[in-house]
Formats: sequence, structure tokens, C-alpha cells
Amino acid sequence: MKISNLTKGILKENPIFVQLLGMCPTLAVTTSAMNGVGMGLATTAVLVSSNIAISMLRKFIPSQVRIPAFIVIIASFVTVVGMMMEAFVPALFQSLGLFIPLIVVNCVILARAEAFASKNGVVDSALDGIGMGVGFTLALMVLGAVRELIGNGSIFGFGLLGASYKPALIMILPPGGFLALGLLLALYNNFQIKKAR
Amino acid sequence: MENASIFVIMVSAILVNNFVLSRFLGICPFLGVSKQVETAFGMGMAVTFVITLAGTLTYFVHYYLLVPLELEYLQTAAFILVIASLVQFVEIVLQKMSPTLYQALGVFLPLITTNCAVLGLALLNIQYKYGLVQTIFHSFFAAIGFSLAIVLFAGIREKLETSDVPLPFKGFPIALITASLMSIAFLGFTGLV
Repeated sequence: MKISNLTKGILKENPIFVQLLGMCPTLAVTTSAMNGVGMGLATTAVLVSSNIAISMLRKFIPSQVRIPAFIVIIASFVTVVGMMMEAFVPALFQSLGLFIPLIVVNCVILARAEAFASKNGVVDSALDGIGMGVGFTLALMVLGAVRELIGNGSIFGFGLLGASYKPALIMILPPGGFLALGLLLALYNNFQIKKAR
Repeated sequence: MENASIFVIMVSAILVNNFVLSRFLGICPFLGVSKQVETAFGMGMAVTFVITLAGTLTYFVHYYLLVPLELEYLQTAAFILVIASLVQFVEIVLQKMSPTLYQALGVFLPLITTNCAVLGLALLNIQYKYGLVQTIFHSFFAAIGFSLAIVLFAGIREKLETSDVPLPFKGFPIALITASLMSIAFLGFTGLV
């Protein structure tokens, strides 16, 4: 059990800013900070459960059929999480819509299954899943907050910029997703370049 | 959307609701395999091929297997299995039947399983309650829309390679901003249908 398995996903190997995995839900659902967090938590739940299950089964899955096997395991957890969200947070379920079932094809989850859970023990895999999930959720929250602030003048639904602010709707629309992520990535790179000097 | 005509489906799938630029489906290959026009075109063709087949096949799976057995909640798992095995199957058949086509598309095929455009499209077809003919055309034209976006994007990225980009923007950030500008252009089609 290594604590670094937990922390590496948050900043050093952040799935979005460093590994650039799982771009589709990242761009599509981050129209508000709340949606970003909801999507992040749903993905985290699936990621942790699938990492644990795959790590437990790693000795029994023949390596030729491991990808289909992983996908079936992930799909089962996604179905469970989707049903639970529909029952307990129907409003969030509605606004995330199509992207709940699409958690199955989120590359972050399959990448962690393949690169980590299929090679490591249960506890380490669970920690890895939590770390990556938190990193993913944080990145989605930041992206959602930036887009919501500029596009709607609020964060988590609380108006921050006052009534005189004219929201730039473009940030909520699809182009804003690409733009915000591009600028955030450039900012992250700039920070890394400065640190390296 | 239940009785949408083929023409409306075509315009809507290619331009108004472009898979990549307004629905955010298939972003991974869009960013990953778009450094050269040639490979982008190959990817587009492979996706078109698989999506059209997968869209049709999942239609049958949904209406003739899941609905009669009242197993709709297994939709996600069933569809992804169908897609994964279809991709494997296509790969094997292509290898045997047409080595040249396999040479051209082969490297892209395994990537397509985790392309959310394929699963997304299958789920959308069901959500819109499309009939068989509409399903086939919607799948095909949505894939054409994907190909159009990825080829155009690759063309721009080829130019970007040789231009002077500020250091922090090099690589993905400038690509994302380019995609944003393309997306704004496609936003102009809103209200066309």
C-alpha cells in the first residue's frame, strides 16, 4: 500500500490536464460547476468499483479476452450508478443525459483498468481509483466553474458578478468548452514551464 | 423527431448537430488522430464503416431482443458488447477479404471500440425512436459529419505545425482553441432545420 498511488492522480498525473483522457464528458457536461462535480463523482464511483473488481479478478481473466471482460465489468457498474442517479438525483440525471451511459467508454476508466488495476493489489487499485477520480472531479469542477462564471456570471448557481455583468453565452455553448479547456491547459503548461526554469 | 425525413436527418446530422463540434462525441480520436489529413481521412472512413454497421445492429438488438425480453436496462452493457465484438469481427473479415483495405483502416479499428461516438449514436437512435431506415441514414450521415470535422481539423493542424505558436500553447491547447473556432463556425448552422 503506497500513499503516492492516492495522490498522484490529483495533480502530477491528473487524467485531464496531463493525460488528456476522457475528453468527451469533460467538454460536454461542464456547462456549470454543479454538472461537472456530478459527472466527476459518478465517474469516480464507477472508477473505484471497477478498479477494485478488476484487481480482484485479475488472476482469473485470461489476457487475450481482458479488454471485453473489463468493458463488461465497467458497463455493469455504469448501469448500477445510472439507476441510482435516476432514483436519487433525477434532476442531475436529466441534465447529464446521454453522458451517463457513455461513462462506459470514458478512456480514463479503461486506461486505469489496463495500466494499473490489472497489475496491482486491491488496496492500491482502490487508492489509485480514488486519486484519479478526485483529480478528474477537480478538473471538471474547475472547468465547469470557469465556464459558468463567464457564461452565466455565477458559480454553483450563486451569482457572483452582479446584475450589471452581461454573460458571454458562448462559454456555455459548445465552442466555450473547447476554448476554456484550451486556455486552462495553456495556463497549466505555463505553470509547469515556469517551475522547470 | 419520430417522422423526420431523410433530408432533414442528413442536414441535422452533418451540420447542425455535428457529432464532434456540437455534441462532443468522439473527441478522443478527433484530437488524437488528426495530425495529418491522410490518417484523419482513414480514421473517418473506418468510423463511418463501423458506425453504420453498429447503428443498424444495435437497432435489431434493442427492438428484437431487449424489448421483447423487457431487458432495456441492460442497454448499455448489451450495446457495448455488440460494438466490441463487431469491431473484432470487422477486423478479422477485413484481414481475410481485403488486405488493402485492412492496411488502410487496420490501425484505427481497435481504437473505435472506445470511441464514444459509436455508443452515443446507438443510444441516440433509440432515444429519438428512429425507424430502421432512419437509423441507417442517421448513423451514416452522423459518421460523415464526424469525418468532415476531423479532416477539416487535420488540414488546419498541418498548417499549425509550421507556425510560430507561443510555448505554453504548443500542442493540445492551440488545437483545442482551433477546435473552438471551428465549433463557432458550425454554430452558424443552428436553425437550419
